[in-house]
Amino acid sequence: MARLRHANGKTLTMSVTYVDAIRDAQEKLLREDPRVFLYGQDISQFGGAFKATKGLAEAFPGRVLDSPISEDAMIGMAVGAAIEGMRPIVEMQFADFSSIAFNQIVNQAATHYYRTGVPVPLTVRLPSGGTPGSGPFHSQSMEALYAHYPGLVVVTPATVSDAYHMLLDSVALDDPVIYCEHKFLYRWLKAPRINGDGLPIGKARITRPGKHATVVAYSAMVHEAVRAADRLKEEGGWEIEVVDLRSVKPLDMDTVLASVARTGRLLALGEAFPWGGVTAEVVSRVCTDGFHLLDAPPRRLNSRDTPVPYHPKLWAAHRPTPESICLELRKLLTF
Amino acid sequence: MPETEEAVRTAAGLDRDYVRDVFRAMLRARLLENKLSSLYKAGKIVGGVYLGKGQEAVSASLGTSLIKGRDIFAALIRDQAGRTAFGEPLIDCTRTYLGSVLGPMKGRDGNIHRGRPLDGMPAMISHLGAAVSVVGGMLIARRIRGELAGVVGATCVGDGATSTGAFHEGLNMAAVEKLPMVVIVGNNQFAYSTPTDRQFACEDLLDRAKGYGVGGHSVDGTDVLACAKVIGDAVQLAREGAGPQMVVARLLRLSGHGEHDDGSYVPPVLKSGHLGRDCIETGSNQLVESGYATAEEIERWRSDFTDEVQAAVAQAQQEPLPDPWHEEWHACATQTGRL
Ligand SMILES: Cc1ncc(C[n+]2csc(CCOP(=O)(O)OP(=O)(O)O)c2C)c(N)n1
Repeated sequence: MARLRHANGKTLTMSVTYVDAIRDAQEKLLREDPRVFLYGQDISQFGGAFKATKGLAEAFPGRVLDSPISEDAMIGMAVGAAIEGMRPIVEMQFADFSSIAFNQIVNQAATHYYRTGVPVPLTVRLPSGGTPGSGPFHSQSMEALYAHYPGLVVVTPATVSDAYHMLLDSVALDDPVIYCEHKFLYRWLKAPRINGDGLPIGKARITRPGKHATVVAYSAMVHEAVRAADRLKEEGGWEIEVVDLRSVKPLDMDTVLASVARTGRLLALGEAFPWGGVTAEVVSRVCTDGFHLLDAPPRRLNSRDTPVPYHPKLWAAHRPTPESICLELRKLLTF
Repeated sequence: MPETEEAVRTAAGLDRDYVRDVFRAMLRARLLENKLSSLYKAGKIVGGVYLGKGQEAVSASLGTSLIKGRDIFAALIRDQAGRTAFGEPLIDCTRTYLGSVLGPMKGRDGNIHRGRPLDGMPAMISHLGAAVSVVGGMLIARRIRGELAGVVGATCVGDGATSTGAFHEGLNMAAVEKLPMVVIVGNNQFAYSTPTDRQFACEDLLDRAKGYGVGGHSVDGTDVLACAKVIGDAVQLAREGAGPQMVVARLLRLSGHGEHDDGSYVPPVLKSGHLGRDCIETGSNQLVESGYATAEEIERWRSDFTDEVQAAVAQAQQEPLPDPWHEEWHACATQTGRL
């Protein structure tokens, strides 16, 4: 997916950003599967608030549709279309607004297969997580809420290649998938190209091998965990293993437990609010199934228990940072 | 559709078979529901029973106007007659109410929450208003595939459901997309026990249609011929490309919200007034008076349907109930083994 462009007569190799990967995956899907169509606010001519659908309306007339500001009806519509055999991809402008569609997601889409035996293959793209200055209503991470409901698959790609492959895989699944893409990663995260070695949904990845402690993270926090691991390596030679969950439902406990077996120590890390959630789930499952593997009480680190603040200074201190992750890891390592 | 009810009644051109089909579906549904009610009172039904008594004319007119195998009908709480008219076998109903594992919902969902989505009948969820956009999506899917010509998608809501955000979002979306959708509002004066003046403050729910850019029609829901005409015409308009149509039917629910509710909050004056007329009675009179059917024919239908209901109940009653040990417990179609 590396792009060649001419600038000043020179050929430059451009890198692919995380949002490019999402756009390119949608382009491929539209091109190769006539059942796929896109629905969302401002996604047509305008190309989407984050330009994740740039140029697609022109290339695929009638299949990239602007929706009214009606999150409930957007998902209801997608459920109806999916029942009819289509593969709709719905873009929520921000994950936060999916609260309006909550009913259609958890009651209509999530219960449909169990109740009727008819699958509902739709994908909801949730631009998730915080960026500086986004404030309380444009920064939320909703993955744990949706993962709570039987019948939904919830994925949280952390890399450019995963953003691409996991979107393709999400649309291929016969179930409703909540695809949580991180806004902070959109343009910040780049890769020279998209790798072809996508793992299947439901498989976690060891992002960085280590032996002294395991950090289980997902989405943008994978990158913060890697930074923290770099620091601890420099600081004291600690080797921290970072596991990227990739999908929070299914949750790949085999990989997590195998990592804890190697390191004996667990920090579960997430950007979402601290009450309940994915990190609580990971800690609880490790305690139940891997208590004997632990050399220290497992720890968890989340954002603070307040709405996500607006000012970049407050925001940066609200979410876990390499500093706060290191602090937790030191407690874990010196237990 | 500015017709007065009188004009509607005297308007010729209601097809004989259509009128007879509407009334037959009404009667069949009523007889089935009477049976469901007695089964409920005998403690033989799991959970609640929700009837459409008094709303059969509206529901059956819609179900009969739709084309089985082509159209979409998202039936709601009081739509037994419409379901019957649209071709749902009686056994789907008795199996679902009685919990037979052979029913379309296999005991996983009950009573009115049933459907066969692949046959154009989405299965309702409790959340009122939520079906409007689902029907919209089914229509949009057909449009993208180039299969929308001549198709209609329809759903019913109550006066209470028109207060939900889902209803507004769904109807607005249908209007924006100019979908061939028909939404019937059964204004039966109450949402559970709440009267309409605690539900909305506009003069007439029909004003809403105008606000959305949707065709609006009003009908007396106790008048079978009027329902057959107005609803039939609304479906035809949608089919011919006039965009979404909304029909508001004035009527009264002739039972409680469910069979657990005696409806004692309904003032007697309403029950004894025009809206309290039983459409089964007005319908049989209308059919006989206008020569659509003879009294003997109606009696024969009644007896045939009674037998049919009896048979459907008897069959469902002797069928296996769901067994937790053989239940698959899969909420996802994708079986990774660890979702
Ligand atoms: C969103 C939502 N809120 C509350 C309920 C509970 N409830 C079920 S039926 C009902 C009354 C519905 O009234 P209406 O829409 O007028 O239909 P009717 O029962 O009169 O046919 C209520 C409040 C529900 N099903 N859905």
